[in-house]
Amino acid sequence: MTSRDASLGPLPAPPASPARRLAAALHRHPHVRLGGLLAAPLGWMVVAYLGSLALFFISSLWTVDSFSGNLVTQPSLDNYVEILTTEVYRTIAVRTVGMAALVTVTTIVIAFPIAFYMAKLASPRTRGILVVSILLPLWSGYLVKVYAWRLILSADGVLNGILDPLGIRGPGFGEAAVWLVETYLWLPYMIIPLYAGLERVPGSLVEASSDLGARSWTTFRRVVVPLVLPAIVAGSIFTFSLTLGDYITPTLVSNTRFLGNVIYDFLGVAGNQPLAAAYAMVPVVVMLVYLLVARRLGAFEAL
Amino acid sequence: MQLSQGTRIVLRVLTALILAFIYIPIGVVVLYSFNSSRVATWPIGELTLDWYVRAFSDQGIRNGLTASVQAAVGATIVALLLGTLIALAVQRYRFFGREGISFLVLLPIALPGIVTGIALNTAFRAVGIDLGMLTIIVGHATFCIVVIYNNVLARLRRTAVSFEEASGDLGADTFLTFRRITLPAIRTALVAGALLAFALSFDEIIVTNFTAGAGTQTLPIWIFSNYSRPNQLPLVNVAAVLVLVLSIVPVYLATRITHGEGATRA
Repeated sequence: MTSRDASLGPLPAPPASPARRLAAALHRHPHVRLGGLLAAPLGWMVVAYLGSLALFFISSLWTVDSFSGNLVTQPSLDNYVEILTTEVYRTIAVRTVGMAALVTVTTIVIAFPIAFYMAKLASPRTRGILVVSILLPLWSGYLVKVYAWRLILSADGVLNGILDPLGIRGPGFGEAAVWLVETYLWLPYMIIPLYAGLERVPGSLVEASSDLGARSWTTFRRVVVPLVLPAIVAGSIFTFSLTLGDYITPTLVSNTRFLGNVIYDFLGVAGNQPLAAAYAMVPVVVMLVYLLVARRLGAFEAL
Repeated sequence: MQLSQGTRIVLRVLTALILAFIYIPIGVVVLYSFNSSRVATWPIGELTLDWYVRAFSDQGIRNGLTASVQAAVGATIVALLLGTLIALAVQRYRFFGREGISFLVLLPIALPGIVTGIALNTAFRAVGIDLGMLTIIVGHATFCIVVIYNNVLARLRRTAVSFEEASGDLGADTFLTFRRITLPAIRTALVAGALLAFALSFDEIIVTNFTAGAGTQTLPIWIFSNYSRPNQLPLVNVAAVLVLVLSIVPVYLATRITHGEGATRA
């Protein structure tokens, strides 16, 4: 203790460097501070992302001149009329939404036992290992995983090689393969929220239910499932949306066309960007409705 | 919960089966990358490292690897900056539209990837930006922001504002407080978020397909354009393992750093 003895006056003001003055000005004006934080990221998200989405939406009202191949920016609903009145596009849209729903239901069924085991039976150590084992494939190797199933399901692939001595054959490539692979790909997205939801179910409620005479199955159906419903819906946002837009899986393991394939072909093969944009509004609208319903069911709190 | 012994055994067996279902296909790709035969038949032939040796001198794979690393590093840096800024604003301030921002950040991964891809493709072409590495980075950064945002937000929630206030009371200015108090508190969340963003970008193909243009091939794009060529099959297997390792190792490290916090994606 040297210089500052009895006189406990104010500290000497720090040297007024430009940075220091800027800091002081920011401190006095929290709005400027907030603006400074948000300017760059909001600029990015609004200009690069929302701007693109807006332009994309507008471009769905444009048309391509069938003779010259030039873009006609006169707004018209021609693309939407074409999509809504062409039977094959309707069939493909329905098929894709159906597949997304089927995949979602399948992942829920498969995710329940493992999520339940993780949340209620596993030791803390095992639980930790299981969470990491589910997170690793959730985050990595999307294309590799689809490709793996190509190796497994191909005519002389792993599955047929193993089944051959038994005299049976695997499903091969096709719609069943798409169902299998999509389920495989998005399963972790259902397991993790469901596990988190089950972990939050209070043991006391479950005990109360069995004290009141409910059997395990009744407790599960009447107490556990309603409590984890928001978690299921949260997981289903991902399983549903990711299946809806996936064009890689159908390309690799089937010849069937789904929404993504048609959109991809409109843009690439046909070079008709406006038509691609109009058809891509189908998954956008489906997802927006899905997200609104999910929010009502409390899924956003469970994310 | 009271479960009968039988139910416990069934749950344990089902858990093991589901884990096998998740990991066996990944194991198959790894196994085939060592397959000496040129065709993917079962049972596989003798094991060899030849394809790895050949892959490392293959120009397509080398270029793909370089491009993927560039894209992932670029996207991660942009996402780190933007994601952290949004997390700080949302967690430390109250303002109009705050809820909307969380939704906006989530949108690029909640909407199907093909929508993000085509929308960006349309915008780049309309503005007249040539597709290439820069546009890939813009696309990847857009969906990586949410990863950093979630990690930093989760950490900020558990870090008391009082530390920052104390720092200010003791005479530190805004920048010094950020450097000495906030940054150390969120450092591991930043590292974990960056690793996840890197992994997410590294194996991405859907958005990349629309933002890459003809001249730039990331490793996943290389795989996608070669998987159906029979004579390229062994090299595709090796490239697949490369993509797998370079995306799974960062994720593993991230889960170790944060013990799973924030890594649950959304």
